[in-house]
Amino acid sequence: MSGTWMTTRAWLLMLPLLVVMVAVIGWPLVDTIGLSFTDAKLVGTGGDFVGIDNYTSMLSSPNFSRTLVTTTLFAVISVAAEMVIGVLAALLLNQEFKGRAILRALMILPWALPTVVNATLWRLIYNPEYGALNAALTQLHLIDAYRSWLGEPGTALAALIVADCWKNFPLVALIALAALQAVPRDITAASLVDGAGPFNRFRFVILPYLAGPLMVALVLRTIEAFKVFDIIWVMTRGGPANSTRTLSILVYQEAFSFQRAGSGASLALIVTLLVTVLAVAYAALVRKTAGGAA
Amino acid sequence: MERRSPAFTFFIYACALLLAAVILAPIAWLFIMSISPAADLAAKPLRWWPQAVDFSRYGQLLSTAENSAGAAFTSSLRNSLEIAGMATLAALALAIPAGWAVSRTPAVGWSLSMVIATYMLPPVALAVPLYMGLSHLGLLNNVFGLALVYLSILAPFTTWLMKSGFDSIPREIEAAAMIDGAGLLQTWRIITLPLAAPVMATSALFAVLLAWDEFFYALLFTSDQRAKTLTVAIADLAGGRVSDYGLIATAGVLAALPPVLIGLVMQRALISGLTSGGVKG
Repeated sequence: MSGTWMTTRAWLLMLPLLVVMVAVIGWPLVDTIGLSFTDAKLVGTGGDFVGIDNYTSMLSSPNFSRTLVTTTLFAVISVAAEMVIGVLAALLLNQEFKGRAILRALMILPWALPTVVNATLWRLIYNPEYGALNAALTQLHLIDAYRSWLGEPGTALAALIVADCWKNFPLVALIALAALQAVPRDITAASLVDGAGPFNRFRFVILPYLAGPLMVALVLRTIEAFKVFDIIWVMTRGGPANSTRTLSILVYQEAFSFQRAGSGASLALIVTLLVTVLAVAYAALVRKTAGGAA
Repeated sequence: MERRSPAFTFFIYACALLLAAVILAPIAWLFIMSISPAADLAAKPLRWWPQAVDFSRYGQLLSTAENSAGAAFTSSLRNSLEIAGMATLAALALAIPAGWAVSRTPAVGWSLSMVIATYMLPPVALAVPLYMGLSHLGLLNNVFGLALVYLSILAPFTTWLMKSGFDSIPREIEAAAMIDGAGLLQTWRIITLPLAAPVMATSALFAVLLAWDEFFYALLFTSDQRAKTLTVAIADLAGGRVSDYGLIATAGVLAALPPVLIGLVMQRALISGLTSGGVKG
């Protein structure tokens, strides 16, 4: 069979996927770009061309800079905590002990729990009047009075981060565990014979095997944390006093609550650009790490 | 195997217990809330285990009586099942030929890379035009409309999984069938698809999980029982004026049951699917 026919046939087989992708991703993206230069409302006519006004007003608004800081805090702290706890859990699960298989199977539970159910569950746990956290801390005499964990700007973001970490660290742990199991036994044995301590063993013998898979997990988790919407919407809707408002929540409010499709679109594209820059930077890092490890 | 001191063994078991507690406590509490009488949940000090176990909320939510909490819940359950089912079938129908094409003809691979790169797009960047487009087509608040939108999430992922699956099926087997005179469709039917069945099953499960979990588009594009999904129904319950927290917890348990069962049963396949991405990059 000739190469050109193979290629033509491949394109024909790709065609349905590409058509649908253009319809549900390509066209909406192009349309968003167009909208971002207009003052269009969500309902009604197309709106007038306003140049880059939307971009300048969005970028210079204090809402944007504050939201960017909140999003970055959320993403950096949750992902860092998930990576550290995930790797520690994987190192534990890589040891031999009774019940290890069961514990390993349990790790899938938080990951499988739907995000909205997870958010609802933690909302109930943090409930200011009847929540389990207040009850537990009072019964242990760690706090004197019930607190509104999600209702106070000082604790709301931290409470969200805990809920997000609980759901996502097991995935990091499972990925790290799979990588740990690929470390050849004789290498760890040899390092023991050579007298390497546990920290040196982790740093120089085990970590190189973990680096590649962990980098991929880091990239995916960071992109997701930067786009975060569901868990925050269900738990706090960005409140109290906008202390947990992330970029996706801000875009939602602009485009759908205030029905300003044009400026909402420009904000959405700014977010897209930020995520893309992040992803490209990370991808370069991944390639370097993977190259170094191999 | 290195020998362990008793202290280290104790340390390992202590950590294992801690990890198990961290994982299980919130999930156990969700279930306990669902079977505790409302009075126990509002008691101070809080009652950690109900005086009398009460499963009535499950019956309440699964009843289909008009205008009950159950009617809203069961319709959202049906919508979620329909949407996840339709979107998964459609995603596989797109992913199987496309995944095979990229696997066998790497020259077209860049187009799949582009499709996968759309993962970086936040859904908010597509939401306004999708809203306007669905509204134009009369597909707002419609299960077909939402299933169509879900293809933007499901199809790239399933195609990529299928492509990795086809990569592990030797071309020589297909070539042998073709030399014997089988056409492309016949080769697929007899050779390729049966060999790819496990990957197809894994892809389908991932697709169902993704659709089941989706919230943002469902929140935007549905408004009542005709299309609202479970995730939206639960967010409504959690954010609404429901005074019985046990009812919210029960809805959570029911919504979590299918994905948790899939997760436990398919553990091995799911993890290899997740980590193959880590290995191949």
